[in-house]
Amino acid sequence: MSRTRFIRDTGLTARMTASMFVLGGLFVGLIAVLIAVLPAGWAPIIALIGLGIAWYQWYNSDTLALKAMRARVVTPEEAPELHAMIDRLCALGGMPKPVVAIAYTDMLNAFATGRSPSRAAVCVTTGILDKLNADELEGVLAHELSHVAHRDVLVMTLASSAGIIAGMLARGAQYGGMFGGGRRDNNAGGLPIWLVILLVSLVTYAISFFATRLLSRYRELSADRAGAFLTGKPNALANALVKITGETAKIPQKDLRAVSPLNAFFISPAVAGLDLKTLTSTHPSLEQRLEQLSKVAAELGRPMDGGFAPPQV
Amino acid sequence: MGFLDVISGRSKRPKNNLDSLFALPNAAITLQVSLNFQMTGMGSVCFRAVEGPAFAQTLTDVVALLDNDDDPDVEQSTDSYGFTWLMAQQDDMSALVTDLHAVNTSLAGQGFADGLLCSLVTFKDPSGRSLGLVYLYKKGTFYPFAPTAPNQRDNLLELQVRDLLKNDLPIEPDLSSWMAVWGAPGL
Repeated sequence: MSRTRFIRDTGLTARMTASMFVLGGLFVGLIAVLIAVLPAGWAPIIALIGLGIAWYQWYNSDTLALKAMRARVVTPEEAPELHAMIDRLCALGGMPKPVVAIAYTDMLNAFATGRSPSRAAVCVTTGILDKLNADELEGVLAHELSHVAHRDVLVMTLASSAGIIAGMLARGAQYGGMFGGGRRDNNAGGLPIWLVILLVSLVTYAISFFATRLLSRYRELSADRAGAFLTGKPNALANALVKITGETAKIPQKDLRAVSPLNAFFISPAVAGLDLKTLTSTHPSLEQRLEQLSKVAAELGRPMDGGFAPPQV
Repeated sequence: MGFLDVISGRSKRPKNNLDSLFALPNAAITLQVSLNFQMTGMGSVCFRAVEGPAFAQTLTDVVALLDNDDDPDVEQSTDSYGFTWLMAQQDDMSALVTDLHAVNTSLAGQGFADGLLCSLVTFKDPSGRSLGLVYLYKKGTFYPFAPTAPNQRDNLLELQVRDLLKNDLPIEPDLSSWMAVWGAPGL
């Protein structure tokens, strides 16, 4: 088998695995606390419901996301160039072709969704089709196809399941406190059970919020890398990112909030975060992404034999 | 895709088998005997030109290697999707396949296997129909491609060729991977 120029970014992999580990631990920890405070038999049911919601979101992710964006699936006859471009990228990556959809909005964006590479959808907006040239669009599509190949929808939904349970519990505990607070007060360390659950789930939710965003940023970086290696044109993707992030910031806030629930799967986030920006954004900063792409460009341009660096196998 | 690859956000490229290119001469004979399709002598390799000096150097070396004989020189063109086609011309199918194999292995040997899309040899029958046999580098399989007019292909002929050649060549089973390569050289 031939050598590849794809170098592993061990640091990125380690950070990504660590944040996934934190999220998994959070899920287990939350269930452990529930087993400790709730009457026997409740905790597994709540865990199953939480996983069930996550499963439903993941299983229907392609149709849900396309509906939410009011995107329309297009046939090869309707969008021959877009289809041909995706055909070639899929052949290049050796992956099955996803469903292709177009969302009729001026926002510059693209996203990929779907429960598995064989049941995936890639959607671009008419805005991005207008603004980007062929090379840049191809870079963006390669980035989205990398999300599909990496099964990012699955990873991100699983990662958010602890947060889903915590959100459910927090709401349930509020009602418990309002209506039945006095009666079921059989003391877990002096505090009423509903208060313990409320506190635990709020803390879990907060940690899970930051950890999923962190994980999302790492997944974006690795999709950038894989996409750039696929097309062999990191600079085209870099240009596209500059165009997209530059233009998105100019679009009025009102349009953007309407689409924000889908942020995690967009190529560039719709909401320009101001405070805590680095901690809460689903995407890495433009500088970070450009820096990584320039590293990829350097790696692709390096001579492999007779050069200065030893070949990496 | 293993579990670890999902966790670490890596996508693995499937392994290919370039040696199946050498089954093409047999397939060419079958095509000639059964359907009266003659090879045109044109073969090409389609790939993604990568940014940077390393790729340019590799490409120059490959072209120099193939031009270092008495055959017609290698030609190079870029299609509207930004893919580069390197065309070789040989009267003998075995020699042509050797050229295509050399281009593929040289690029892969320099670490540019990710950019290799497909290889193609073309045929014509006396009534003027053209047919291409496309080798998908990433899957290691072949499929027939028969364009009739701009953006139209003769699917019946393609299926006929598939059934005819299924013993000679590894044919791509997934019909949706039978990518249309409009404007490929020699078609």
